[in-house]
Amino acid sequence: MLRRLVRKTDSLRGPRRSRSAVGAALLLASCTPAGVLDPQGPIGSAERLLLINSTAIMLVVVVPVIVATLAFAWWYRASNTQATRSLDESYEGRVEFVVWSIPALTVILLGGVIWLGSHQLDPRAPIPGKSEPLRVDVVALDWKWLFIYPDHGVATVNQLVIPAGTPIEFRLTSATVMNSFFVPQLGSQIYAMGGMITHLHLLADQPGEFPGLSAMFSGDGFSWMRFVVKSVPAGDFNAWLEQVRGSGSGLDDASYAELAKPSRDVPPTTYRAVEPKMFERIFDQTTTGSGNAGIGGPAPPTHRAGG
Amino acid sequence: MLGKLTWTAIPFNEPLPLLSGAVVGIVILAILVTVTVKGWWPYLWREWLTSVDHKRIGVMYLALGLVMLLRGFSDAIMMRTQQAIAIGEAQGYLPPDHYDQVFSAHGTIMIFFVAMPLVIGLMNFAVPLQLGVRDVAFPVLNSVSLWLTATGALLVNLSLVIGVFSRASWWGYPPLSELAFSPDVGVDYYLWSLQISGIGTLLTGVNFVTTILKLRAPGMTYFRMPVFCWTALCANMLIIAAFPVLTATFMMLLLDRYLGMHFFTNDAGGNQMMYVNLFWAWGHPEVYILILPAFGVFSEVVATFCGKGLFSYRSMVWATLGICVLSFMVWLHHFFTMGAGADVNAFFGIMSSIIAVPTGVKVFNWLFTMFRGRIVFQTPMLFAVGFIVTFVTGGLTGVLLAVPPVDFVVHNSAFLVAHFHHVIIGGVVFGALAGINYWFPKAFGFTLDERFGHASFWCWLIGFYLAFMPLYQLGLMGMTRRLEHIPDPSWRPLLLVAEAGAIVILCGILCQVAQLYVSIRTREQRRDLTGDPWNGRTLEWSTSSPPPAYNFAVLPKVEAIDAFWQMKRTGRVPAKPAYEAIEMPHNSPAGFITAFFATIMGFSLIWHIWWLAILNFVAAIIVVLIAGWSIEREEEISADEIAQMEQAR
Repeated sequence: MLRRLVRKTDSLRGPRRSRSAVGAALLLASCTPAGVLDPQGPIGSAERLLLINSTAIMLVVVVPVIVATLAFAWWYRASNTQATRSLDESYEGRVEFVVWSIPALTVILLGGVIWLGSHQLDPRAPIPGKSEPLRVDVVALDWKWLFIYPDHGVATVNQLVIPAGTPIEFRLTSATVMNSFFVPQLGSQIYAMGGMITHLHLLADQPGEFPGLSAMFSGDGFSWMRFVVKSVPAGDFNAWLEQVRGSGSGLDDASYAELAKPSRDVPPTTYRAVEPKMFERIFDQTTTGSGNAGIGGPAPPTHRAGG
Repeated sequence: MLGKLTWTAIPFNEPLPLLSGAVVGIVILAILVTVTVKGWWPYLWREWLTSVDHKRIGVMYLALGLVMLLRGFSDAIMMRTQQAIAIGEAQGYLPPDHYDQVFSAHGTIMIFFVAMPLVIGLMNFAVPLQLGVRDVAFPVLNSVSLWLTATGALLVNLSLVIGVFSRASWWGYPPLSELAFSPDVGVDYYLWSLQISGIGTLLTGVNFVTTILKLRAPGMTYFRMPVFCWTALCANMLIIAAFPVLTATFMMLLLDRYLGMHFFTNDAGGNQMMYVNLFWAWGHPEVYILILPAFGVFSEVVATFCGKGLFSYRSMVWATLGICVLSFMVWLHHFFTMGAGADVNAFFGIMSSIIAVPTGVKVFNWLFTMFRGRIVFQTPMLFAVGFIVTFVTGGLTGVLLAVPPVDFVVHNSAFLVAHFHHVIIGGVVFGALAGINYWFPKAFGFTLDERFGHASFWCWLIGFYLAFMPLYQLGLMGMTRRLEHIPDPSWRPLLLVAEAGAIVILCGILCQVAQLYVSIRTREQRRDLTGDPWNGRTLEWSTSSPPPAYNFAVLPKVEAIDAFWQMKRTGRVPAKPAYEAIEMPHNSPAGFITAFFATIMGFSLIWHIWWLAILNFVAAIIVVLIAGWSIEREEEISADEIAQMEQAR
């Protein structure tokens, strides 16, 4: 039963409509669902399901408590002559037992959900898929996103083109302050931090365009630090790669240095070619402080985020 | 000579901060002139500024919290307005560098200079009275705490007109808060004001833990203490354990900024995640430092206004202690999205949801206290019922955020903003307002106006729902927090509802101002001569309103939980007490003068005026040493005098 609550699957098409109706009603939806409630991939779908199921589990307790509070407040008001009162009673062992049991049982159930959910939806866990994952390296800059396709030797800014149905394997870092890489309709966000590399796996089921953003405040241009994810059919992806390779400029150290300068509202751009190991070089540059206000010093140890 | 301080520090080109600064300045000047003209200085100095009476200090803390609430709330209105208009093509009226200061100041002020002073103020006022003692353990230290907190508040407000405030949010996460990305004085204002007020808070913690452990009326065993004292004990133990962490963390960031060290920088081996861990190792206990005393207030209020002892006092105490311990084991839930492994995330997720168990127990206990009670709906009780109904759903969204995969999609979103305002307004603010309405007659000897009290409650309740329910929805729609500009026009209707909610809350605040004004005007009709306006259960209601400086002419003998209730029932209120002489501490200007030097020291450190900083640091230390070594600090009130004073009441 627990596993069903946290199932990570893309076969949710059937119950999805009704569930989203319930979820929307629960969450006082007044507009068309979008964002997190309108997931376009298995990760997002599983997370929405967890959101709705956890809410439902807790509502089983919370709704009666609210009703009882209001009912008691009304019925036992001082002016009600019909109410039974027992003003001396302040302890009752059986009630006490129930009082501890109800939240404890709820939390035990939720604890199971949390344990399974955390493992099944671990951002570093690869998504079992039919095809090989596409690798994308993400660099957060002031205030735009750089996407490097290491296997294809191209790069983009503020637009992420991916083939639908193919798992994407992200490596993320920041060449500036902390940011968080987030595409609400695809699911899990993950922080991008200087001197650290984080990992994330996402997948878009269908072709479409989904807004992406930074979910961690990063300074004056933060509001404009948005990008678009274009999920395209697998065939179109290769055509897009060809098109990118045929136009624009390349990304080398000089053009990267130019790009890394703070700027906001940067229109989507593509780079025809990327120097090899660009992501690793950016990572090293951040930690050694070249181009930064740091003092320098001996070669620093690198940190991996998390355990 | 003046470090970084030049005329350019004053934002002549920005009308908004200058204007608000000018208004504040004029108000302060008007108050100073009035006080001078009316010749109130000696009275103020003698009775308030140098007072070491815990009741006076409590009232001053509350006044500080309420004044700063106005400042923090005007920041909130500015943010809501900016988000309601800066949509799509429109840029709104606040540029990013100003907006970023506004939300950073809002968070900093609301947590450190509104919620903390309100909670500490209530503890100061009520705890010694409830324990049946005459003051806290270290009265002069208490005054130092108050004035150091006021120093922090003053420094934050100074940044309005001299220089800028931090633009790195109330967390001050590096590397954004490092010199490389925030070279101006904003972050220094943030750090030094919190360092100085943090010392005050830590001293409060020491003071109250000592008071509760060592000073209680005869017969008041631990398990006869009112629940509010228990929650105060836990909150202050958390202060002692958590605040040094914050101070050390900020000190490391200061070393980075002032001496070019690399604790949290991107380069040279700095580790920004260390800051985040340490910050929340303080930050999550801080949440319970605020909410536990609020739980305590509600426990007192519910029992009193239901005319019934609190249901299952012991499990209430154990639940409080449980929360106190658990609060240190959950900090990682603030950053599930930083890439920790599944085991770590799952552990902290489960620990976080376990806190819902003792909290749920508390809710059930309040509920069963109401069951078969005789509920009188005075303002404090309205806030209590509003709190229970609101808090359980706020807890629900909190547990949702504790489920790591759910957090992955709502972390840092408007959903999160809605959640913590849900529990802080619905819990801490409602608790503080309930406490103020509840203890006001004790502090001043007359009750507060009920009509305006009820009106303020309804405005706060409805305003809260209007302001924050839309944010839940917006968060699920993909709106992240701290946006200066709204990218998606379809969010506009919900943002307008949120703005309307903020205005309804403003009405609630205005009702409170009116409530105070009306009550003071009609105080003669609303005198509380019994000292026990609510038919109370705990010892503070057994003395007169307002209590004499020594609280109790004769220390009460405690024989049960709800000691005063027990005395009333058994009629064992001593008829002709035998008065004895009471030793009372002298007033001391030490706190005020220390804070005076600390303010100048903080200001000079912010602006790198080293000689002035050193001078004032030395001066502050000398004041502390003199106060610490002075011998004659108590005066005796003779038994005859006490008998006369008691007769006169």
